[in-house]
Amino acid sequence: MTTSPATVPEAETPAVAAVAPQRDSASQWRLMWWQFRRHRLAMASTYVLVFIAIVGIFCEFLAPFSPNAFTPRYTYAPPQRLHFFDRDEAGSLVFRPYVNGYKVTIEQTALRRVFTVDETVKYPVGLFVKSDPYPMWGGLFTLETKLFGPVKKGDPMFLLGADRLGRDMLSRITYGTRISMSIGLVGVALSLVLGIILGGISGYKGGMIDNVIQRVIEFILSLPTTPLWLGLAAAMPNNWPPLRIYFAITLILSLIGWTNLARVIRGRFLSLRTEDFVTAARLDGASEPRIIFRHMAPSFVSHIIAEVSLAIPAMILAETALSFLGLGLQPPIVSWGVLLQEAQNIRSIVTAPWLFAPGVAVVIAVLALNFVGDGLRDAADPYRQ
Amino acid sequence: MLGFILRRLLWMFPSFFAVTVVAFVIIQLPPGDFVTSYAADLATSGSPADSATLDALRLRYGLDQPMVVQYFTWVGNALKGDLGMSFEYRSPVSDIIWDRLGMTTLVAFCTLAFVWLVAFPVGIFSAVRQYSIGDYVVTFLSFLGMATPSFLLALVVMYLSVEFLGYSVGGLFSPDFVNAPWSFARVIDLVQHLWIPVVVLGVAGIAALVRIMRANLLDELGKPYVETGRAKGLPETTLILRYPTRVALNPFISTVGWVLPVLVSGDVIVSSVLSLPTSGPILIQALKTQDMYLGGALIMFQCVLVLIGTLLSDILLAFVDPRIRYDN
Repeated sequence: MTTSPATVPEAETPAVAAVAPQRDSASQWRLMWWQFRRHRLAMASTYVLVFIAIVGIFCEFLAPFSPNAFTPRYTYAPPQRLHFFDRDEAGSLVFRPYVNGYKVTIEQTALRRVFTVDETVKYPVGLFVKSDPYPMWGGLFTLETKLFGPVKKGDPMFLLGADRLGRDMLSRITYGTRISMSIGLVGVALSLVLGIILGGISGYKGGMIDNVIQRVIEFILSLPTTPLWLGLAAAMPNNWPPLRIYFAITLILSLIGWTNLARVIRGRFLSLRTEDFVTAARLDGASEPRIIFRHMAPSFVSHIIAEVSLAIPAMILAETALSFLGLGLQPPIVSWGVLLQEAQNIRSIVTAPWLFAPGVAVVIAVLALNFVGDGLRDAADPYRQ
Repeated sequence: MLGFILRRLLWMFPSFFAVTVVAFVIIQLPPGDFVTSYAADLATSGSPADSATLDALRLRYGLDQPMVVQYFTWVGNALKGDLGMSFEYRSPVSDIIWDRLGMTTLVAFCTLAFVWLVAFPVGIFSAVRQYSIGDYVVTFLSFLGMATPSFLLALVVMYLSVEFLGYSVGGLFSPDFVNAPWSFARVIDLVQHLWIPVVVLGVAGIAALVRIMRANLLDELGKPYVETGRAKGLPETTLILRYPTRVALNPFISTVGWVLPVLVSGDVIVSSVLSLPTSGPILIQALKTQDMYLGGALIMFQCVLVLIGTLLSDILLAFVDPRIRYDN
């Protein structure tokens, strides 16, 4: 905790000297922001996360089709290339986005349909196109416009290909974003509640309670998580409604996920408990909640935020794995893990490698979360030299 | 030292007890018991069991008794080697699982060795050449490794092998050797197949361990004793390997405790994708079909495997690092 002017070298250029006092009077959160901004990967990842969040929040509007709209004609249709410029009648290039149609031939030996791009057919693609009415945000209001899509309703547009039932992968991944990301957030929120309560008690009270809670945490950490998650998930009756399954899964994930957060919180409490300013507050007659929330919280909240942002990707990966195995979320719900179920056998991924696309989405989201978490952790203690 | 090992061994008992409780709770969670599922199973296959058989089964496993009694019966039988019946396979659980648990152990320990072999030099390199191109590449790859679900990696490997090598890489043996008795040729065949699951499972562990090794070594490299060694003219390689690396080595040994759970967890999913004859695929199958005695036994043994690994790592750590004595 040394930001006193004494540590600033004497000889400075005027520009630096002008910054230094600003630095001295800046609030803790401002200092953290400055520190965070210097982590370029974390900054870039923040933009990626903002994009993912927007996709998750507005998925109904952004997805060109309903995730369950199927077109048997286009089973395993490969991704189309989106062309932005087209030649008009006079032969000059104009901005007029379109996708090409498919030519379907049946391969006689394997009785398999083979798609080839049909250059002669062009389906125009536009922004703010009309669609069938669909409910936004669980039926809060109804919209009839999609951000983009084929101008003529019913024209095929599969920018990321189609799956086994001819459903548009892009739309499904867009919808999956909402479920997969929110499961991470809700799961971590639940673990955080458990972690704060148990870790806080453990670190603040110490002694016997601390010992018991620590042994329990060590035990849980020593268990292989997937078999336990699988066991708990398999115990769910499969006639539950989707929403109930969703919350049961988040609960199962957080039942095991709270331990790391509890350890971090305990560590912070332990190290702060004996700090002079805490003792001073106690001697001053401050109540326990006041000591915790007014005096201790400002110095550990940032660490916990960093730790939480690193716990979210673990949750997302766990949900993906459970759903992939068919023991997590079930098909009417669309999450990235549920989508990857389609890629389970070698035959379908050889026929349709674009079924990996949800996996790419998982990797990007987890990578971005990890980078942001890394940056937050570096920035969590802005006074460190 | 002996006292520490003894105390650590004594700790195994409450841990083992807790593991069996966890496994038992998972067995009991779904509605109905093993006999009702068994009866339903028989009924759908067209030969309904008579109630006398079912009652005999209930009596044998004490299913009419309170939970606590049932738990002790189950653990008691398990300790005697009777793990119950699998109604999916129509045979005692203990007949099914031993081979597969052996394979799980083999895959887990080979992966652990691989993780160490790779993570150790790469971590040192990344720390010593901090902020070099190589360090950035390693850092990026390890973040990527941590972000990729292992089953996705398994799928990609399978896809690549079919696309470019022209054959599928699933399983641990070639078809000729699956049911063959153990021989030298079979071991060679196993090794030829083993590297794929080992690499796939190892990636996440390597990625995490490289990060830890790098961070620990970076903390040590700036310390005065390193400077002293350098001032005294020690060659750089000797210096780094002999002093700071040894201090930074602790996580390698203590990680057995958390890498093993990760490996066993990863194995469950990866082996079902790569169709390995380990305990993973039958565990998933057992949980899906509510074959709960089989599932419970597998969960219990996987947890025990991890407990033993953690015990070994604790003892090893006490041997290697004289600062750790665990007294009091």
